[in-house]
Amino acid sequence: MRLNHWRMKYNYRIQCTKDQLKSIRAFVTRVLREHGVNDLVINELVLAVDEMCANLIIHSHQCNPNEFFDLHMRLDKGKGVTFEFIDKGEGFNITQYQEPTLEQVIKEKKKGGIGLILVRRIMDSIQFEQKNNKTIYRLFKKVDLG
Amino acid sequence: MIEINTRIEDDITVITVAGEVDASSSIELDQAIADAIETSQKIIVDCAQLQYISSAGLGVFMSYIQEFEAREVKMVICGLQEKVFNVFQILGLDQLLNICDSLDEAKSLANEV
Repeated sequence: MRLNHWRMKYNYRIQCTKDQLKSIRAFVTRVLREHGVNDLVINELVLAVDEMCANLIIHSHQCNPNEFFDLHMRLDKGKGVTFEFIDKGEGFNITQYQEPTLEQVIKEKKKGGIGLILVRRIMDSIQFEQKNNKTIYRLFKKVDLG
Repeated sequence: MIEINTRIEDDITVITVAGEVDASSSIELDQAIADAIETSQKIIVDCAQLQYISSAGLGVFMSYIQEFEAREVKMVICGLQEKVFNVFQILGLDQLLNICDSLDEAKSLANEV
């Protein structure tokens, strides 16, 4: 019997070093592949997660291997995929981030700044929440799950 | 994780990139392009074996666009897998960079005056 609605949750604790990014991508890829998501969508979601993690690791935690944050991944059949990044401290309100134009990025020769543009274009909704000295970044995308 | 090889074919520098380019490995792509730009005015980046690219890798390509123009260097990217090309498209970089399917096409494009 195939259920029309189900929910599955996965948690991943992330150490704040850049070499963790590959393992995070492998984790997200494995979970989505197990649920029949196509490769193009998997790559987009993996990219959004990778960009969020890289930002937190590099900018919020300065690549400090003694610091950690949590990734909660939730799959809702009939709805889609939600990623929650739960970090300590004030965080950065990504919903109010002023996107640079591509021309600005090229002119200023900045090698960063486009990660959050990708996240916004890939995901259907992005929320920023602060409570009990924690910051939660919540990303959602409607995805057909098998 | 990332493997970069550079070879010279006639007057073209061909950089092959294999594996995954992310925030921890993009510096190697950056260095390969920085080296190529010193010796060549025709650069091909062959991405047939590139499995993944994040904004860090895209940012490397974008950061050289002005320098390519100033130095009259022609750079062509070829062989992108569909899922990787999709990332270039999301940002609109397919309109700003020379991108083609095969290495042969890339050579023709690099040799165009």
